Amino acid sequence: MSSTEHSEHIDSDTGKMGMWLFLFTELFLFGGLFIVYAVMRSKYAADFHHAALELNAFVGATNTVVLLVSSMTVAMSLTAIQQNRSGKAIGLILITLILAGVFMVNKYFEWGHKIGLHLYPGSDVMKTMPHGEIMFFGLYFMMTGLHAIHVIIGGILLTIVIRKIQSGKISSSHYLLQENAALYWHLVDLIWIFLFPLLYLIT
Amino acid sequence: MTHSTTAEPLNYLNHKTGLWSWLSSTDHKRIGLLYLYSITIFFCAAAVLGLLMRIEKIAPGQTIMSAQTYNGMFTIHGIIMVFIVVIPGLAAVFGNIMLPIMIGAKDVAFPKLNLFSWYVYISGAFLGLYSQFANGHSPDTGWTFYVPYSAEASSNVVIALTAAFVLGFASILTGLNFIVTIHRMRAPGMTWFRMPLFPWSLYATAWIQILATPIIGITLLMVIAERTFHIGFFDPALGGDPVLYQHLFWIYSHPAVYVMILPAMGVVTEIFPTFSQKPVFGYVPIVFSSMAIALVGYFVWGHHMFTSGISYESRWFFSFLTFLVAIPSAIKVFNWLSTMYGGSVDLKPPLLFAISFIFLFTIGGFTGLTLGSLATNIQLHNTDFVVAHFHYIIFGGMGFAFFAGIHYWFPKIYGRMYNFRWANISWGFLFAGFNLLYFPLFVIGIQGMPRRYFDYDPKFQTGEVISTIGAFILFIGLIGMISNLVYHSKRGAIAPANPWHGVTLEWQIPSPPPHENFDEVPVITREPYVFDHPHTN
Repeated sequence: MSSTEHSEHIDSDTGKMGMWLFLFTELFLFGGLFIVYAVMRSKYAADFHHAALELNAFVGATNTVVLLVSSMTVAMSLTAIQQNRSGKAIGLILITLILAGVFMVNKYFEWGHKIGLHLYPGSDVMKTMPHGEIMFFGLYFMMTGLHAIHVIIGGILLTIVIRKIQSGKISSSHYLLQENAALYWHLVDLIWIFLFPLLYLIT
Repeated sequence: MTHSTTAEPLNYLNHKTGLWSWLSSTDHKRIGLLYLYSITIFFCAAAVLGLLMRIEKIAPGQTIMSAQTYNGMFTIHGIIMVFIVVIPGLAAVFGNIMLPIMIGAKDVAFPKLNLFSWYVYISGAFLGLYSQFANGHSPDTGWTFYVPYSAEASSNVVIALTAAFVLGFASILTGLNFIVTIHRMRAPGMTWFRMPLFPWSLYATAWIQILATPIIGITLLMVIAERTFHIGFFDPALGGDPVLYQHLFWIYSHPAVYVMILPAMGVVTEIFPTFSQKPVFGYVPIVFSSMAIALVGYFVWGHHMFTSGISYESRWFFSFLTFLVAIPSAIKVFNWLSTMYGGSVDLKPPLLFAISFIFLFTIGGFTGLTLGSLATNIQLHNTDFVVAHFHYIIFGGMGFAFFAGIHYWFPKIYGRMYNFRWANISWGFLFAGFNLLYFPLFVIGIQGMPRRYFDYDPKFQTGEVISTIGAFILFIGLIGMISNLVYHSKRGAIAPANPWHGVTLEWQIPSPPPHENFDEVPVITREPYVFDHPHTN
């Protein structure tokens, strides 16, 4: 065995502090893209306005609601595990995962639609468009793409949590991993809350 | 757990044996040694590249390599030295080995994450090496990956960018681990202001790692996206802005300089009180100057871009802040000197390296102001003056502090002592070689020799030749120092627990430390640098 004897369980406050610091780094990662967005939008305000018309605010709003509800269910699963109701906790996390799936399917059709219209970086149509619109769609794909990767990572984390609840490793006395996975899921939600108005609602 | 049958008492080095017991160990001391060995190997490799470049420049024109090879060499030398050696450097090695002990903890807050960080680090490091040898030619953009060239070059830039991204992730995880460790794991009674100053410097460093590294992460991803999908963020033909890349790059890469130098300052701050047998002068100012460097250092990145076409207002703003950040650095220099003043100074090898650190760091610092000042910057930008300046800071500062640290903590880490004479002679070669190598670059830089050129005007040859001779002398010193340490880590005389009469916690436990550092958790009742019985030698 490796020498982990002295660290059977990381206490909850320590573990959460580590997670919060990690979430800060995630915010800064997206922060770099927000800086680029700010620079480009101030440079090409009219083009951004025009390009954003291509995005369907209804689909965006639907996805926002879907993610907000999924954040709620993941928070409820935490209450359930604290009350030692692991079946209910698993059920709520499954709902979260289904909602994540809905989000990704919506995203898939959105991206597919754009790509069908040849609105993707490097396409022939793009090259003829005004500079600001090229930047807008570049940012759109980069930001939503990076966010989608985070949705997938969050989904994997929550799946691991389900397995650990089933095997009894997560229980009403030890649920740090579930708490941290939920925090991560809230981050995924939070970043979308910023992306939605910046990309969909600026027209 | 396998128990050793020899008479030697059990410690972290011998309580388990075999390669796997090292590669799977979550013991912070063993992970620190994993970092030490991997960093040493990569340092030697990149140093050899440096020597080859110096040999190339012994005469004008092509001597031993083509221009393209030279471009690849300074790129890979930079990538290895910056991302694989110096940024993790002191924090990952001495931070890992000493931080938990110095704050009276049994380990870092997240031991498994700590081991995971090393694996992330070593994967990034090998990816960096792979970029050198994979199909196509090695990256030739310089370690700064400036667009537009990095977005277009046909060399293995994507692999190198990915390597830097992965290494940044390892750096973030280490920083995160240290912050939580310092907040949550201090021994009872160890208040913030009873904490030794090396942990304080690691604390400031870790915050920079957390706040700045993600920016380089996203920037590198954007360059990868530029190359893969042709988005055009940095391409004016598509509406992008290449100067934006420089901003994003230096938002991280300038604070990264403080990631390198703050732990170095922390190490020498431990050495001066011990070898003067006198409390450190101005504990609180040292703490606050560390935090001030971390804070102000975050806002000086624009001084790398004075000639890139940024506005007049941002130029004087960044120039002013650059001068401001020199103040806390200077405060520390005065603190170190005042610590020695009136103490019983004992010029053993660690102190010798620490004093040369002050000398070289001060030269690096002053020339930094020369570059930070708007008028002189125009003349000196992208000349060998810049190369000399940052080698004085990074090698003369961080490198010599690393040498000081390894000579200081060596008896604690291995329980054995190296040969002092051998160490002193190696120091002489290192110090003389270093100055011969880099000082001429200041001079020819002022005369107009550009950096990163493989050829030069014959009028610079005197300076270039002196510099190359210095490189060889430096190498003799390096070989001498490393062989002294390697040889005596196994065969040296057994070292006592506290050979330097230090007062911080690491000297109060056996050498090498036992597996869990402390038999019982220490209770701290006073400030870290109290010398009850000054030892005069």
